[in-house]
Amino acid sequence: MNVPLYGIIAEFESAEELLHAAKRAREAGYTQMDAYSPFPVHGLSEAIGFEDHKVPWTVFLAGVVGAIAGFSLQYYISVVDYPLNVGGRPFLSWPSFIPVTFETTVLFAAFGAFIGMLAFNGLPQPYHPVFNAPRFERASQDRFFLCIEAKDPLFDRTKTRQFLENLGARLVSEVEE
Amino acid sequence: MQGEIVRTEPAVELIEGRHSYESITHKISSVVLSYRHPKAWYVVTAIAAFFVFVLITSVTWLLLRGVGIWGINQPVGWGFDIINFVWWIGIGHAGTLISAILLLLRQQWRTSINRFAEAMTIFAVMCAGMFPLLHVGRPWVVYWLLPIPNWTGAWPQFRSPLIWDVFAVTTYLTVSLLFWFTGLIPDLATLRDRAKNRLAQVIFGVLAMGWRNSAKHWHRFDSAYLLLAGLSTPLVVSVHSIVSLDFAVSLIPGWHTTIFPPYFVAGAIYSGFAMVLTLVIPIRALYKMQDFLTMKHLDWMAKIMLATGLIVFYGYIMEIFTALYSANQYEQYLITNRFFGPYAPFFWALLVCNGLIPQVLWSPKVRQNVLLLFLISLIVNVGMWLERFVIVVTSLHRDFLPSSWGMYVPTVWDWGVYLGTIGFFTFMMFLFVRFVPMISIFEMRDLLHQTDRHHPAPATGTAVTSAVSTEVTP
Repeated sequence: MNVPLYGIIAEFESAEELLHAAKRAREAGYTQMDAYSPFPVHGLSEAIGFEDHKVPWTVFLAGVVGAIAGFSLQYYISVVDYPLNVGGRPFLSWPSFIPVTFETTVLFAAFGAFIGMLAFNGLPQPYHPVFNAPRFERASQDRFFLCIEAKDPLFDRTKTRQFLENLGARLVSEVEE
Repeated sequence: MQGEIVRTEPAVELIEGRHSYESITHKISSVVLSYRHPKAWYVVTAIAAFFVFVLITSVTWLLLRGVGIWGINQPVGWGFDIINFVWWIGIGHAGTLISAILLLLRQQWRTSINRFAEAMTIFAVMCAGMFPLLHVGRPWVVYWLLPIPNWTGAWPQFRSPLIWDVFAVTTYLTVSLLFWFTGLIPDLATLRDRAKNRLAQVIFGVLAMGWRNSAKHWHRFDSAYLLLAGLSTPLVVSVHSIVSLDFAVSLIPGWHTTIFPPYFVAGAIYSGFAMVLTLVIPIRALYKMQDFLTMKHLDWMAKIMLATGLIVFYGYIMEIFTALYSANQYEQYLITNRFFGPYAPFFWALLVCNGLIPQVLWSPKVRQNVLLLFLISLIVNVGMWLERFVIVVTSLHRDFLPSSWGMYVPTVWDWGVYLGTIGFFTFMMFLFVRFVPMISIFEMRDLLHQTDRHHPAPATGTAVTSAVSTEVTP
């Protein structure tokens, strides 16, 4: 068994047990861990000490870019490149440019949310070691997992394992890289 | 935070019967992963496929011969194509309302219908989009509608609602697809993990893109999903408002009114909920999803239908009032013409379908009767179609000068394209039910988790309560 270790994973039966375990692991000083659950558990990312606001910011910036792009497109077309006199109205009749500007804002922002969520999550990702964990297919169905990763400074093959077993996990196993 | 969740919980059971995470997952995913399907599925899909061929035939003939094969003429230049465009776009709107607006309002009952309604939105918008594309007459130069530099040197006219429509509808379709696919990713991961068949594993594995249900994934997923909902909410209102401006910005009597945007949006939601009921009622019976799509869901959808129906009816009354109050002879003539003109039967049928019959939904007994609900939803679908017919045709067929008056009669090719899109829509919905989990599995697990805390099942009750109590102490 010369395969390097990715971490040690513990399986729990309920979201509350997982939440509790994650909080205890944080209290014990572990920092490099991840929790896996078949639905978003409120407070779980805080419990593992993870906070990230990159997606909202991406959406905001994408929306701003969309607004500028949409309005300048119409400005360039209607004022600079192809000015049309419609009933003597000004070329820069900005109120009639608002609907399209709004649509491009929403379009860009939505792409920001979709691509941002995938990109910051590192998806698409063809391989991840956590899938080597036994019974991990249940993480998308009915079981809850906490994985303390080997890169954690406090990680110790036997001590971490014991720690997780003491948290009431149903099954504790090693995850190969 | 947990106190908040308990507070917003409804007092009723949104999942009937005894269910666990596993049983919910199994029930919904087995529809996709099993080979056995109800006979009715094959029958309906085959009939729908036949109408897809009708659509292909009608469109091919149209492309060969031009829009002259339709009933449109002068003065009625907008016939079935615009009626059906508005009808389909409206149907799509309930999907976004259910998935986005009810999510922001924390209406937990949306969970079991949102996936289904979003799919309905996407296919309805696809059907809608076909009509203006074909109506332009030369669909091969339809890129002129987009701001693409081309050999003519001309650009789109951005002061026209018709070009706003192009942007609104394409944005709506794109954002609906993104929203739908985002919500689908965790369920695709579930299917990947449950699939026994190698091909299914590979397909769902590729589509799930390596989603691993990590708390970090969920954290970003939640914010992206909420933001998409927040973006879709004003978007859906803007789309039908812009569609209504296609009419309202013109000077045609009966179209040139400021009530159009809100009246169209309400009508859209009304027809959309009718279509959701029309689809959900047979499919829940076909796949025995009564545990998840309960009578409560049908009841609430019926109530929303009733409420939006009343708003629409208010719109009809206001149209008459505005015409009378305007002291404009063309507006007043239009109303008289609607009531007593050559298309009066359509108008009266519209009042019966949209105004009168849905009033029986006030009775809780009717809302608990699945068959009646199904019939009423069909009637409302017809009524909303008649509404668009009346708006488009009665306003156009009597031009300002009696010398330019005319009549509009749809031809067999009009009906061919229209019935063809209904077939296409049904075909796509049935394929969706077959190949994609029709109910959002992860959101149902979440719902079970939230309601379980309120009513702990005897078997797991002790474990859950002990975990909760230890959680409070630190």
